[in-house]
Amino acid sequence: MFDLITAIDLNSFFVSYFGDNAWMPQKLLVATWETIYMVAISTFLSYIFGLVLGIILVITSKNHISENKSVNSVLGSIVNATRSIPFIIFLILVIPLTRILVGTSIGTVASIVPLTLAAIPFVARLVEASLKEIEWGLVEAALSMGANTWEIITKVLLPEAKPSILLGVAITTINLIGYSAMAGIVGGGGLGTLAYYYGFQRYQYSIMWITVIVLIIMVQAIQMIGDRLANQASNKGR
Amino acid sequence: MIEISNLTKIYKTPSHDVLALDKVSLKVNKGEIFGIIGLSGAGKSTLIRCINMLEKPTEGSIIVDGQVITALDKNELRGSRQKIGMIFQQFNLLSSRNVFDNIMFPLEISKVPVNEAKKRVSELLEIVGLTDKALVYPDQLSGGQKQRVGIARALANRPKLLLSDEATSALDPQTTKSILRLLKDINARLNLTILLITHDMNVIKQVCDRVAVIDNSRIVEVGDVLKIFSNPGTPTSRSFINSIVKQEIPEELLQNNGRGQLIRVSFIGDSAGEPIISSMIKVFDVKANIIYGNIDRVKDTPFGNLVLELTGADADIKEAIKFLHEQGLEIEVLHNV
Repeated sequence: MFDLITAIDLNSFFVSYFGDNAWMPQKLLVATWETIYMVAISTFLSYIFGLVLGIILVITSKNHISENKSVNSVLGSIVNATRSIPFIIFLILVIPLTRILVGTSIGTVASIVPLTLAAIPFVARLVEASLKEIEWGLVEAALSMGANTWEIITKVLLPEAKPSILLGVAITTINLIGYSAMAGIVGGGGLGTLAYYYGFQRYQYSIMWITVIVLIIMVQAIQMIGDRLANQASNKGR
Repeated sequence: MIEISNLTKIYKTPSHDVLALDKVSLKVNKGEIFGIIGLSGAGKSTLIRCINMLEKPTEGSIIVDGQVITALDKNELRGSRQKIGMIFQQFNLLSSRNVFDNIMFPLEISKVPVNEAKKRVSELLEIVGLTDKALVYPDQLSGGQKQRVGIARALANRPKLLLSDEATSALDPQTTKSILRLLKDINARLNLTILLITHDMNVIKQVCDRVAVIDNSRIVEVGDVLKIFSNPGTPTSRSFINSIVKQEIPEELLQNNGRGQLIRVSFIGDSAGEPIISSMIKVFDVKANIIYGNIDRVKDTPFGNLVLELTGADADIKEAIKFLHEQGLEIEVLHNV
C-alpha cells in the first residue's frame, strides 16, 4: 500500500489532477472549494458520531444518569488511543478502510474518511467537556420530575450546553482545515495539495503564501461565526 | 403522607465509609408543613433526597402516600416522582428556556397535551404572581422570582407532596419571608404536604407545624414546633432556638443581680404572662425583678420568654414557682446565683 504514496506517483497525480496549463486563480478557487467541501462534510459526519460518543461518555461516568464503568472505560480508552496517533500516520493507517468505503484513497472524497475518523474522538471529548459543565442540579431537578435518560439528554444536557457545543464546532472545523491541508499532501486535494505541489515542490512560494492567506481568512470567518452563534444561543433573552 | 423507617445511608469512598443517615425513622402527616433542621453535614440533604430516590438508601424503607418508594422499579419510580414536587436552593431553572417553558418542562415529561399544559402554566404563573414574566429568561430574574418559578414548576403536575431543599437559603430575609408566605399559602389552599429542610430556625418558626432536629446523621428530636421552642429536649435543639430567640442571659446581669433565684418563664399563645406574675407577687411573699424578656411568633402563635429574679424566703420562692407551674407556664429554674 505504501507504493501509492511514493513521490513519483504523487507527482504524476498532481499533474493530472490540476493540469499544468490551468489558470492559477481558477486552481485556487477549485482548491478552496475542495477544502470547504472536505471540511464541511467531515465536520458534519464527525459530529454525528462524536456527539453520540460524547453523550455516552458523560452519562456513563461515575454518579451520572446511566453510570456504567465498563462502557465508560472502554470508550474512553478507544478515544484516547485514537487521539494519540499523529494525524499524518493516521492518514496512512486508514487507507485500506478508505478504499473499502469509497473505492479509492486519493481525492477529496477519500480524504473525508481519515478526517472524519480522526475528528470523532476529538469531538467526543469536546462534547463531553461541554456537557460536564452543566450544573448537576439541573439534572437532579429533571430527575425529580420523573424525566428519563432520553429526556434529560434532549431537554437538559444538549440545550443547556448548546453555546459551548457551538464553540466546539468552530474549534473542530478549524482543526479540520489544518488536517485537510495535511491530507492534501498525500493526495487529498484542496488547498493543501495546491500549496504543497505548486508552492513547495515547484518553488512557487507566492502560491504557498496565497493559500496561507486563504486559510487564515477561512479560520477567522469560522471563529467569528462560531462566536456569534454561541453568543446568540446563550443570550436568548436579551 | 411519608413514613420513613430505619433509613440508613452510607457513602462508600475508596478510603472509608461515611455514614450520612443512621437508622432514621420519621412520620410526616398529610397536609402539614414539616421541617427538618440541622447543621450542614448533619444529613438533612441526604434525607430529603432519599424521599424521591435521588439518593438510594443503603437500608430502610420509605412510604409516600401508601406507596413503598424504595421498592419501585425505574419506570414506576418515574411515575411517582411526577407526583412529588421539589424545589432547590439554587433554583435549578433551565437557562435555555424562558419562564413559561421552564414551568412547561414537567408537563412535557408527564406527557400532558400541549393545550392543556399551556393552560396549566398560565394558572401556575398566576398562583406565584409572575404572569408578566412569562417570556423572560431566568438570568433576568431576581432570586425570589427564580424561586417562584421553581415553585410553579414543582406544582405543575399537581403533586401531593412538595420537597423543599433549602429553598430560601440563598435568599435575603425579606425575600425569604415572601417565599415562605407563598409556601404557607399553597399548603393551605391545595392541602399540599410540605417537607422542608433548612439550617435556619426562622424558617421553622415561620411556617412549620412540626419539626425534626437532625444531628450527626440521627434524628435527635421530633415534635410540635411550639413545644420544641418552649421546651427543647436536646442541646442541639436548644442551640438552634438560641440562634434566633435570645435565651442566654448576659453575663453582666448575672454578676449584678447576685441575690435571688433566676427563673425562665415561657408562655405560649394567649396565656399572657403579666397577670399571672402580678398575682403571684400578691399571693406569695416574693419580689420579682424582670431581667430579660421577649415575645416572638411561632407560626401564628405568640411565644414569649421572661427571665425573672425572685427574691424572698426559700420556701416562698418554691411555692411561687409551683404556682406558676399550676398556671400552665413552662418554668425553668436557672442555677442559683
